[in-house]
Amino acid sequence: MTLALITSILWVTIRAGTSLLYATVGEILTERAGILNLGVEGIMIVGAVTGFAAAYHTKQVWVGVGVAMLAGAAMASIHAFLSVSLRAEQVVSGLALTIFGTGLANYLGQRLGPGGAPLVGMVGPKFTPVPLSALADVPVLGKSVFNQDILTYATYILVPLLWFFLNRTRPGLHLRAVGENPQTADAMGVNVAGIRYLYTIVGGMLIALGGAHLSLAYTPGWTEGLTAGRGWIAVALVIFATWDPVRAVVGAILFGGINAVQFRMQAAGTTIPAAFLNMLPYAFTIVVLVFVTWWEGIRKRVGAPAALGLPYAREEKR
Amino acid sequence: MAELDPIPAVRMTGIVKRFPGVVANDHVDFEALPGEVHSLLGENGAGKSTLMNILSGLYVPDEGEIHLFGKPVVFRSPRDAISHGIGMVHQHFMLVEMHTVAENMVLGLNKPRFFLNLRQIERDVERLSAQYGLRVDPRARIWQLSVGEQQRVEILKMLYRGARILILDEPTAVLTPQEVEELFATLRKMTADGKTVIFISHKLEEVMAISDRITVLRGGKAVATVHKAETTPADLARMMVGREVLFRVEKEEREPGEVVLEVSGLCANNDKGLPALKNVSFTIREGEILGVAGVAGNGQRELAEVLTGLRKATAGSVTVLQCDITNCSPRKIIGEKVGHVPEDRLGMGLVPNLPVSDNVIMKTYKERPISTGPFLNSGAVGRFARQLVEQFKIATPSVQTPVRLLSGGNLQKTLLAREISISPRLMIAMHPTRGLDVGATEAVRRLLLEQRKQGAALLLISEDLDEILELADRILVLYEGEVQGIVPAKDADIAAIGLMMAGVKPGQEPAPERRPA
Amino acid sequence: MRIRLERRLKPSRSAGVLVPLVSLILALAFGALILLATGANPLVTYKAMAVGAFGGKYAFSETLVKAIPLILCGLGVAVAFRMRFWNIGAEGQLAMGGFAAAWIALFLPRLLPDLPLKWLLPLMIVAGFLAGAIWGLIPAFLRAFLGVNEVITTLMMNYIAILWIEYLFYGPWRDPKGYGFPGTAPFPQEAWLARYPGTRVHLGLVFGLVAAVALWLILTRTRWGYEVRVIGENPRAARYAGIILWRNILLVMLISGGLAGLAGVGEVAGISHRLQKGLTVGYGYTAIIVAWMGQLNPWGVVLVAILLAGLLVGGDQIQITMRLPAAVALVLQGAILFFMLGGVLFNQYRLRLDWGPRRRAAKPAAPPAISGGES
Repeated sequence: MTLALITSILWVTIRAGTSLLYATVGEILTERAGILNLGVEGIMIVGAVTGFAAAYHTKQVWVGVGVAMLAGAAMASIHAFLSVSLRAEQVVSGLALTIFGTGLANYLGQRLGPGGAPLVGMVGPKFTPVPLSALADVPVLGKSVFNQDILTYATYILVPLLWFFLNRTRPGLHLRAVGENPQTADAMGVNVAGIRYLYTIVGGMLIALGGAHLSLAYTPGWTEGLTAGRGWIAVALVIFATWDPVRAVVGAILFGGINAVQFRMQAAGTTIPAAFLNMLPYAFTIVVLVFVTWWEGIRKRVGAPAALGLPYAREEKR
Repeated sequence: MAELDPIPAVRMTGIVKRFPGVVANDHVDFEALPGEVHSLLGENGAGKSTLMNILSGLYVPDEGEIHLFGKPVVFRSPRDAISHGIGMVHQHFMLVEMHTVAENMVLGLNKPRFFLNLRQIERDVERLSAQYGLRVDPRARIWQLSVGEQQRVEILKMLYRGARILILDEPTAVLTPQEVEELFATLRKMTADGKTVIFISHKLEEVMAISDRITVLRGGKAVATVHKAETTPADLARMMVGREVLFRVEKEEREPGEVVLEVSGLCANNDKGLPALKNVSFTIREGEILGVAGVAGNGQRELAEVLTGLRKATAGSVTVLQCDITNCSPRKIIGEKVGHVPEDRLGMGLVPNLPVSDNVIMKTYKERPISTGPFLNSGAVGRFARQLVEQFKIATPSVQTPVRLLSGGNLQKTLLAREISISPRLMIAMHPTRGLDVGATEAVRRLLLEQRKQGAALLLISEDLDEILELADRILVLYEGEVQGIVPAKDADIAAIGLMMAGVKPGQEPAPERRPA
Repeated sequence: MRIRLERRLKPSRSAGVLVPLVSLILALAFGALILLATGANPLVTYKAMAVGAFGGKYAFSETLVKAIPLILCGLGVAVAFRMRFWNIGAEGQLAMGGFAAAWIALFLPRLLPDLPLKWLLPLMIVAGFLAGAIWGLIPAFLRAFLGVNEVITTLMMNYIAILWIEYLFYGPWRDPKGYGFPGTAPFPQEAWLARYPGTRVHLGLVFGLVAAVALWLILTRTRWGYEVRVIGENPRAARYAGIILWRNILLVMLISGGLAGLAGVGEVAGISHRLQKGLTVGYGYTAIIVAWMGQLNPWGVVLVAILLAGLLVGGDQIQITMRLPAAVALVLQGAILFFMLGGVLFNQYRLRLDWGPRRRAAKPAAPPAISGGES
């Protein structure tokens, strides 16, 4: 195992993990407010296609980012409206969002290319890795960690910021309280509905940003089914991370690593058919989930926000 | 007592609040003066909590006005009320279990603006703590605290926000007699400071002990407001209920028969993995009611769950009529004719969205004639349900009505009807009359005594010591999972029981700080 | 003035019928807006869709063809959802059903040359059911005994199943005479499901209707159906009543996965007569919508399946005749689902307009009562 190989795997790992990390962290915010959003896959893929289309047509990569985040916000607000104001069944609402998001994205991918042609195969502006001068010269770690694109660098700052926000600020306290015990938060004057709306939408924006990273940096470009279930893996990662943004990094690295290994093996011309290598992330997700569930069961730690997935209404006579 | 200021701290006029199917407050007038303890007395369902929920901003009244210190106010949310100096301590604490005391203190406040300075908050909490004698560790997480300590946190929370008007909703339900005294001492300190305390209760003795004035509510209407000195418990009771209250239900003398339930050396853990039951042993005979007294949270729930197969025992044995049911499944235990009236009626005992008929067959659906082979006989189900409704006088539009639409009393009657329909040899009833009005309470108690008469053994777990004294033949006191003592109910010494509830075994000297005030 | 939601006293009978109807109308209105925005005439479009789906024997038959897998998967998903077991894995269970059927059709005759070929079809049906059932039982086991969240496990199994069959028909099972189209060789004639003459409607329709009847009987008339109801509405009460949760989870997923597996058998043995690309086009996911819109009721599922299939077929038609994107159908489907999801609320709540707390006419405040008196 040469140093160059390790560096290269690490580099791909971080790169591949970025989109997962954005999606996971976005969903963590939403779930901490008590809303279960299973529309992650749909939002991610819509973010990917709209981001790429916008960047392609305006030739500005940041416009793509902005449009993707707007699209994510729009989709998430449907879910927020249904879940918070109409108290619909959150599992079904989120699923609906995914099913239609996926279909919508495929449709858009067919029509948003040049002159209404498909977007597949088009080449647009993208984020390229920007080595951070001196830091990037450090062997192995430097060449992999500090040789990434801006969106990835952004996660280095975003994750600790989010942790601090959640645990050491007043709005973060309110967010946590709403997900744990909305009755109490309400009685103490916290705007439960407002917070749930806000963080569902903000979460949606981050999730869409994850999708945009795929089409604007990682792949780059657009193909049908670009996200290939990453949105769902993100949902699993939220559980793995026990709803903590810092732990989410571990999960993202793990799955980024699997992606990296997949590529390496294929590139090295392994005899294992591609299909089985492709199954790895999904099988691994199941294994991880089983392990985490069993482990948390043993430790009897309450992980999920206590009110996750349950609609809240104030005027119920107790 | 300080000279009472003539301008009322709170004045509520013409308050009307309707909920589907019921008028909870019917043109109620209420006022409280600064520096007084004003009690709101009434039975369950009289409208006391609703009225105070309106004052604390949780509900919006359909009609009526509120004036604070002479100025009219309108509350659109709890935040409004809090900012006007109103603090309410609810029956079910408004605390976030996973957070620390300090974090709960600050929840909902506008300051600190953004960054949480937990050290500073902790210091402030300690200061207030000392000032009013409410000892609590600001760094502890709520789930680690005892119920009494959690209540202290609730009160501190209100004081931290500069509350001038404190509303306490049934605060003594979860306290030992000694803790009640400590609470009363704290309340007196507050009124000496000029604060207003509104004390909601249905317990006559306590209301007589702590109040300056008392307002009685009945059926959503304000019946009267009196000075404590000018009234008696009997007067109050009459106002609460509107008729002569029979304080005792007829209970006949009975020789208990064979041993039905034998519990020996039982140990079990709670949800957090800590021991909840330590070496519990007792027996119950045919035709006997054993009342389990003790403040909630001392192992009662775990005891009921172990006996009904919903929790594993880590040691010890449980036998019903010579049959060992330790750690058997609920199905098997039901088969051994053990009935269970759980504490959580709609959450566990019944299925709220299903009709009455589906609910009453929950324990008998596998037997003939309710089902034959794998098939349910809908005709038989209907007949069975209608029969129970008539026998137990359950008020419901039809047996197809979803059970969640029934009133509390009828819910409990449905539950009991179902449990009784299996002709239980052993019945475990947990808080069977909690939240019920007098009529329903009497009905439920009568049903329990009827079972006793028919030779069933009953385990009655209740936080209402009066109820236990009334119904039980013997009383067992649980404290921190241990049996403190088992005494006959007849001529029981309440003070001794109170001490046992606080952890002092009979024959011991109480520890110095537990001396009653 | 505020708009408030007030809990209803009893569930409104009329709401149960009105709500889906109103949702449908609102969704059509929404779709009309979208159509207008893209320059199409909504009325003409809707008419074209309706005709394309239901106008005439051939059109209707094509609708039924698409409805069959939706009915089977929808029934399976509905029965699982009734128990609040979120089976998102119908797509994968369908794929595995198709895989098992294909194996029997293609390889069993070689393994057992003496086997009379008339046994092929029955064996395929059984194998498909079992394969789907087993695929569904894996997440069921994980949930029943380890408490693992089934939404994610069933979903991951989809991806694995789809990758598996793709591997097969792109790789070792690929038909050398397939003209480059990814798929296996065609099944022997005896392995073809009978069709209604002149159409592509195959025997799977009968399976679907029989399953609907059976499920309806089971859910309303049997003890097990009662247990499913209780578990779905209140799992704590179910445990309290002695109902054994793990057994029911496994049983439900056996049926759910099996039905989806049958759908897979129907597709490969009734439509394509081979295992090929195009088997997994999302029926398993659409079935979730079908189940939900059908209110988890077997007859609702059948009805909605046919309607949704009509929507899909109609959407295909207008793509051809009116050059409109097939995604119109998608948008409509989405709109209907979202409006219905929101509409469910009105079964339990009703809208009230609040004009603010009414001020009482000015009245001098009564002096505080000193002595008792009836109010």
